[in-house]
Amino acid sequence: MKELVVKNDLVSAKRPEELILAEVEECGYCESAAFAIKLALEEAMTNAVRHGNGNDPNKRIFVRYHVTADRTEIEIRDEGNGFQVETVPDPTEPENIDRPNGRGIMLMRAYLDEVDYQPPGNRVRLVKLNR
Amino acid sequence: MAEPTTRLKVRDWNGISLVEFSDRKILDEMCIAEIEEELFKLVDKGVAANMLLSFSNVGHFSSAALGMLLKLKKKVDERKGTLKLSDINPQIYDVFKITQLNKKFDIYPSADKAKASF
Repeated sequence: MKELVVKNDLVSAKRPEELILAEVEECGYCESAAFAIKLALEEAMTNAVRHGNGNDPNKRIFVRYHVTADRTEIEIRDEGNGFQVETVPDPTEPENIDRPNGRGIMLMRAYLDEVDYQPPGNRVRLVKLNR
Repeated sequence: MAEPTTRLKVRDWNGISLVEFSDRKILDEMCIAEIEEELFKLVDKGVAANMLLSFSNVGHFSSAALGMLLKLKKKVDERKGTLKLSDINPQIYDVFKITQLNKKFDIYPSADKAKASF
């Protein structure tokens, strides 16, 4: 696994995405798999900056990743206290459908093969297969 | 008349504001904040009571962009206007379907079809 540490801001948070997507492109992933990885990285990194690390500029985000021709695995850890993913409301429920937030995890789950939040919830492991 | 903006291309079409995105990637949160500000200004100034948002230049999307659209829809609805979306590519349309927001928005395959529906 390759590792990098980035500062907790949205500009720095783009760096892992650039590096990982460059490898994904190099490995010849299909367009839909590349779209999924890009979307998931955007969601997960934004969650880490905003919700995990609470926009604290003194915190960091730790990213580990491994890209092969048939599989991409990414682990993202923030320095926050974590959360229980089961408590995130279903954004498709009528009472939540108009809320502007809360769809990132749902999208990651829809587009990736594996999305595992590991206790205490400040670390997420993402897997996308290139099929 | 059309308003000059940086993130958007805005044209008037028989009282309908046809809005296109200048960026292919409206996924980045910072970019979304700027787009949101420009769209809200158009609504606040009364430039865009009837707005057609074309996604013909858009190749990527995110939950933050969905949130921005929901806020825009609320604002347009409050002003008794109409917001329609068009030219959404299949990958991005899937994002709407997964989140079931395809049911919340009036979505057309092309700008011409959307225009005809106002």
